Amino acid sequence: MRRLLALLRGEGLSLEQREEIEFYIAIAPWLIGLILFTGGPIIASLLMSFTNWTGLTTLNWVGLANYKKLFIKDRLFWIALKNTFYYSFGSVSLGVIGALLLAILMNQKVPGIEIFRTIFYLPSVTSGVAVAIMWIWIFNPQVGLINYLLSLIGIKGPGWLTSQQWAMPALIIMSLWGIGGNMIILLAGLQGIPESLYEAARIDGANKWHEFRHVTLPMLSPVLFFVIIISMIGSFQIFTNVYVMTRGGPGTATLVYVYYLYQNAFEYLKMGYAAALAWILFIVILTLTWLQFKASTKWVYYESMIG
Amino acid sequence: MGQTLVSETLGRERRYIAAAPWYRRRTVRRIVYMVFIYVIILPGAFLFCLPFLWMLSTSLKDPKQIFVYPPQWIPNPIRWQNFIEGWTKYLPFNIFLRNSLIITIGNVLGNLFSCSLTAYGFARLRARGKEVLFLLVLATMMVPQEVTLIPQYVLFTKLGWNNTFLPLMVPPWFGWPFFIFLLRQFFMTLPRDLDDAARIDGASTWGILFRIILPLSKPALATVTIFAFIGNWNNFLGPLIYLRDTEKLTLAVGLQQFRGAFGYVDFHLMMAVSLLVLLPVLIVFFVGQRTFVKGIALTGIKG
Repeated sequence: MRRLLALLRGEGLSLEQREEIEFYIAIAPWLIGLILFTGGPIIASLLMSFTNWTGLTTLNWVGLANYKKLFIKDRLFWIALKNTFYYSFGSVSLGVIGALLLAILMNQKVPGIEIFRTIFYLPSVTSGVAVAIMWIWIFNPQVGLINYLLSLIGIKGPGWLTSQQWAMPALIIMSLWGIGGNMIILLAGLQGIPESLYEAARIDGANKWHEFRHVTLPMLSPVLFFVIIISMIGSFQIFTNVYVMTRGGPGTATLVYVYYLYQNAFEYLKMGYAAALAWILFIVILTLTWLQFKASTKWVYYESMIG
Repeated sequence: MGQTLVSETLGRERRYIAAAPWYRRRTVRRIVYMVFIYVIILPGAFLFCLPFLWMLSTSLKDPKQIFVYPPQWIPNPIRWQNFIEGWTKYLPFNIFLRNSLIITIGNVLGNLFSCSLTAYGFARLRARGKEVLFLLVLATMMVPQEVTLIPQYVLFTKLGWNNTFLPLMVPPWFGWPFFIFLLRQFFMTLPRDLDDAARIDGASTWGILFRIILPLSKPALATVTIFAFIGNWNNFLGPLIYLRDTEKLTLAVGLQQFRGAFGYVDFHLMMAVSLLVLLPVLIVFFVGQRTFVKGIALTGIKG
């Protein structure tokens, strides 16, 4: 016991050993959390996905039956996957292009630009139920804001959240309101590009388009890549907006992946089945990220590559 | 040689501009450019503000005015009592507010404690296996929350924590990879000489953290505070699956119940309550705006 206390006080230890012990004390909260709340559950969820557990009584090892059922029999699984890809593609492609254009605009040196940056950035920090409720009201087909604005330019707006065809575009439009977060990251990237590169380009006779194409884009590409990955992962996990605004409807028009997973786990209590769903989501996200990394060698430019 | 060439070129350019006709003069071109930029920005900024204005306008309306078409932007009469009525009429929002505050503030403190301690270890202390462990921090940032959701739910239910704040309030004391990464990046930028000087003056490893590193890291700590505040305040899925009794709900879940039960009748009250729920986020945003933006830039660039 006395030896242990002495050890804790660091007596009889070399400086390196002492520092090592202090390192593990410092990271202890995270390390314990990693085992209890992340690592353990990851392994547990993999094991659960091979059972038919309901969370209550039934617990049998069923092998790959959950996965087989998902891929072969479960029509809703494929619908949820398709809907999520639709949402992800729409919100990421439009969102990143929009954020890039906005960041370039916000990088202009005109008076009052700070105020505009705040205005565009603000919506991205407001998320959750309150904002979802606000958008329900904005998308109201009869007296909502969007259809009112459309009527001003002579367009009769669709039923939005009540329409099979327009519910998903409505969710994508809503996501575009939050592009300010990506804008700020891209703006920081833009401001990190050294002015000397633009000067050099101008001396070589470059016009604005050349500057954008051959200086801005390559220099910004690592940040752009980061933004695309983050947005993609985020878009695959959309849940709150769907839960509050559409409950996956009308029909199955906005049945997205995580909402379907939630239904299986907490409404139908099919825990094992939901765990399998979670693992497929994990693999889909990893695969997409890996593909992006593969593709990125073709278009992302890292300065350090050329000494 | 190259240097003289550049300055000569620049010099010639300057003379050329000075002799240009009025429409090519620098001030005129500058004004045209500014007008052009404003013409693009202003409508966009207006469009981004509109949802908030729409919400505010509806929240001040009389029930009879809500379905008037075309909509009136400035309600007549203005009903301020909507805010009180919405807050108290159907559901106990005061209790939801208390619950949200307890959970949010507790979790912010938990995150600040656990993440700055862990980040300090990774940024400053030498140990075998550190690189591998840090890779694990980065790797866990990639794991979607849904993968751990179900086993965590089972674990907390087995512990008898269901329908309490514990499943929401315990994990934040055990770190959050994104914040650890953010703080570690910031700690790395602080000069090591400060540590050494303090160590010579007799400070311990923990003394250096609390007296040197943390006081110098206020921008990064503020960023974590704001992120954690907004994230916990808006958190929906966690409270949705763990909390059952009405007197234990948070604002996010309470608001959703309000919508489910009464939202189709009292749109004006629902907008008023939503606005009140959003208000703390707006306040935190405006108070911490500068540090906040800096912090995101920090992770953005170094990510």
